[in-house]
Amino acid sequence: MATPPRSEVALLFGGEAGQGLQTLQTLMLRLLSQAGWHVFAASEFMSRIRGGSNSVTLRAAPHPVNAWCEKVDLCLILDPAALPRLQGRFGTETVVVGDPRSLGEVAGMIPLPLQELSKAAGGVLFANAIACGFLARLLGLDRELLNATVASYFGDSANAQSAANLAATRHGWEAAAPHAGCCALLLPSQPRAAAERPLLLDGSAAVALGALAGGCNFIASYPMSPSTGVLIHLARQARTHGVVVEQAEDEIAAINMALGSWYAGGRALVSTSGGGFDLMTEGLSLCGAIESPLVIHLAQRPGPATGLPTRSEQGDLELARYGGHGEFPRAILAPGTLEDAFLCAAHAFAMADASQSPVILLTDQFLLDSVYDIPDLPLADRPPETQIVVTAADYQRYAPSVNGVSPRGIPGLGAGLVCVDSDEHDAQGCITEDFAVRTAMVDKRLAKGELLRFDLALPPRLYGPADFTSLIVGFGSTYGCVREALARVDAPHTAFLYCPQVYPLPAEVVDALLQAQIVIVIENNATGQFARLLRAETGRGADRQWLKYNGLPFSVEEVVAHLQEEDWS
Amino acid sequence: MSENRFARPGCDVAWCPGCGNYGILNQVRDTLAALDLDQQRTVLVSGIGQAAKLPQYLRVHYFNGLHGRALPVATAIKASNRNLTVIAESGDGDMYGEGGNHFLHCIRRNPDLTNIVHNNMVYGLTKGQASPTSPRGFVTPLQVDGVILEPFNPLAVAIALDAAFVARAYVGNVEETRAILQAAIQHRGYALVDLLQPCVTFNKLNTYQWFAAHTAPLPSDHDPGDRQQAFARACEEEPLRLGIFYQKEKPVFEEQLAAYAADPRPVHERRVDLGLLATTMRELGWG
Repeated sequence: MATPPRSEVALLFGGEAGQGLQTLQTLMLRLLSQAGWHVFAASEFMSRIRGGSNSVTLRAAPHPVNAWCEKVDLCLILDPAALPRLQGRFGTETVVVGDPRSLGEVAGMIPLPLQELSKAAGGVLFANAIACGFLARLLGLDRELLNATVASYFGDSANAQSAANLAATRHGWEAAAPHAGCCALLLPSQPRAAAERPLLLDGSAAVALGALAGGCNFIASYPMSPSTGVLIHLARQARTHGVVVEQAEDEIAAINMALGSWYAGGRALVSTSGGGFDLMTEGLSLCGAIESPLVIHLAQRPGPATGLPTRSEQGDLELARYGGHGEFPRAILAPGTLEDAFLCAAHAFAMADASQSPVILLTDQFLLDSVYDIPDLPLADRPPETQIVVTAADYQRYAPSVNGVSPRGIPGLGAGLVCVDSDEHDAQGCITEDFAVRTAMVDKRLAKGELLRFDLALPPRLYGPADFTSLIVGFGSTYGCVREALARVDAPHTAFLYCPQVYPLPAEVVDALLQAQIVIVIENNATGQFARLLRAETGRGADRQWLKYNGLPFSVEEVVAHLQEEDWS
Repeated sequence: MSENRFARPGCDVAWCPGCGNYGILNQVRDTLAALDLDQQRTVLVSGIGQAAKLPQYLRVHYFNGLHGRALPVATAIKASNRNLTVIAESGDGDMYGEGGNHFLHCIRRNPDLTNIVHNNMVYGLTKGQASPTSPRGFVTPLQVDGVILEPFNPLAVAIALDAAFVARAYVGNVEETRAILQAAIQHRGYALVDLLQPCVTFNKLNTYQWFAAHTAPLPSDHDPGDRQQAFARACEEEPLRLGIFYQKEKPVFEEQLAAYAADPRPVHERRVDLGLLATTMRELGWG
C-alpha cells in the first residue's frame, strides 16, 4: 500500500486537550526541520483545559510553507472523537494511524498500539515519544536524527526522563517496522547542521520579539485568548530585557497603565482580544485626546461577545478602525507573516512614538498559534530612541506645530511641567472651553494622521504581474493561502495586493485599486469589513468578496477553488 | 511667608464659592511645600469631576485622565519612574464608584503613591445624584425616594485588604489634615486619605456644621498597628473618627518588579540591548 515518496507532506494529529499534541507538534517540527524540510504547523483547539477534540495540521515541504491546508496525507488519531471530526479532510490515499484498542477497528487503519506501548514505556506521558518514533519511520526519516531530536527536547541523555523517552521513541520506531516508509518523503538534499538552524516561531513569539525590538519596556494586560501568548513571552523576558510586566485587574486598568507609562517615558504595550479591546476603547479615546503614543495588540477571535474563544477570524477590523469616541488619528497594522508580525510590532512603536498616536497591531488566532520556520528576523543597527525632549521652564505640552506633533516632555526631565488633560485643553494642557482653541486643537490632532498615511506608512506588497487587471486584496493572515493558491492556479493578469497597513491606507493601495478592472477582497469575516473600508477610503469597492466566518482560517484549497471559479478569459 | 512654589495664581477656578475643595487645594499645596518636594518630580494624577480639577490649580506635573482611572495611571507612572512622587486624587464617585475595581487592586498591589479621595457624599459635576458614600435615605433628583444602598465604607474596605496606610481627615480641621497628608505622602507604599468635605451646592445634609458635629479624632490610645482595632473604628458611624487608622510597612509593588532587579534606572533611560535580543530570538526560535 506504500505510495511513491512524495516531495511534501501534510500531517494531521487529532486528540484531546492534555494528550500532548503540542509536544508531538514540537518534536515533529524540530525533527523535520533538522532533516532539512521547511515546516509549518497550525493548531485548532476547543475552549477547554482537558478533553474535547483538538487537532494540529503539520506540513513539511522543500519550499517555505505558511498556509493552512485541508487535505492531509497522514492522520494520527488519538481519541475516538477525532476520527468523525477529521475524516472529511482525508483523501483516498490518506494514511490513518491509530490504536485499535481505543478506536476499535477502522478499515485501512495502520495500528499503533499506543496503550500497550505506553504501559511498557512507563505511562501515558510517553505516548508522544512513541508516536514520534512511529511517525518518523512511516515518513522514512533518519533514526539518528530522531534520537538526537528527542534527546535534545527532553534534556541530555544522562537524565532519566530523556533516557525513558528515548526508549519510548525506540518502541514506536520498532512497532512501525511493517509499515516503514509507507508515507515516505523524498529526502531533502541535506540535513541541517545545528548552526544553520532556522527560527521556528509562532506568531505570538514574533509579536513579542518585535515589541522588544521596538523598545517595549512596559506591558500591562489582562489574559484573554488568543492575546495572552504575547504577555507571557514578555513576562519571561522581564528580567533579561528590563520590561515592567503587570497583569492588570481588567483591560480598562491595562490601557490606562500603558498611557501612564508612556507619560512617564516608557514604551508601553497592551495585548488583548475583541472583548478586552471593547473595554479599552475609552482609554483609546483618551490616548487620542492627550496625544500619547500607545501600541495595542488586538488579537482577533470570532465574536460577538465570547464567540469562539480559541478560534480565528478577522472580524474586528472595524472595531479597531472606529473604536473610541471622538475624532483622532490612529494606525492599524495587520501582519500576515511571522517576519511582518515582528516588523509591524517594532514599527508600531516607532510610529506611535513619532506621531503621538495609538497604533493597533491587528493579528488573529491563526497567525499567533501558527509555527513555521524562517531564516532570521531583521534587527535594526541601533536601538530605537524615544522621541522625548528635555523641557525648558516655559514648556508647553501642546505647543502648536506644522505637522501637529508637539515636542513631548516627561516628568522629571527638564525644568518644565508636563500637563496632559482628557478635557479639551490649551497649549499648556489646561482645561479650556474656548471655541477657537478647540478648533485649533482638533486640527492639530488630525494633522498627525498625514504622518501615519505617508511618512510612517508601511506600503502594501504586490505579488504578480505589474500590469495586472484582476487584483486580489487581503490583509493579515490570509497572506499565506492566497500566495500558495496563486502558485497552484493559472490566473492570468492577476496579482495579489497584501496590505500590512490597513489604516490609514497608504497611497500605493489606492493606486493599485484604481488600476484593477476587477477587485476581489478576501477576508476572514462575514460582512466584508476590509472591502467596506477600501470603498470608504478610496471610492473603489470590491467586485467580488471571498469571505469565511466559521471560526477557521481559509485553507489553500478554498482559495484555489475560489480562483478556479473566476472566469479568467 | 514666602511664596509657595506649588501655587498657580490667576487660575479660573471652576468650583462653587464656599466649596470644600478650596480647603483641600490649600492643604495639598501647603503639604507639598512643607515636605519640600522637588517640583520637577511631583506628579498629580486625577480622574474626572470637580475634585479631579485640583491639579489644574497647582504648579505640578499632572495627568488628568478618565473618570475612575487615576489609580492605574498613577501606578504605571510610579512603576516606570520610581524617582517620582505620585499622588492620585479625585472624588468619591470617581475613586469608589467608577474606579472601585482599581481601588481594590491598587491596595493589593501597594505601589508607593498617595490616594487622596475628596469625599463629599454626593455627585457634584453631574448635579446632585447619590455617590457611593451617600447615606441611606439621602434624597436626590435621581434617588427620589432616598438612597436604598448601603454606603461604601472605604476605610473598612482598605483595612480589610490590609492597605499600607489608611486615614480619614476632614477639610475643616486644617492642621490635622495637613499632618495626615504629610504622613501619607511620606509613607512608603499605598496611602489612602479619605478626605471629608462639604458640597455646598448639592449636599444640604453633610454641611460644614454637620461634619463639625459628627466627626471626632481617633482616641489618643488608638494603635495604628492594630488591624482589628482599626477595622472596628472604621466601622463606627457616630462619630466618624478622624486620623491615621492603620499603618503598616509592606513590600512595595515597583520595588519587587523583575524589570528593576538588575537595573534601577527609570525605563526612559534604558535602551534595547540588541545583542541580548538576538540571543533571546535564538532561544525562543526553536519551536
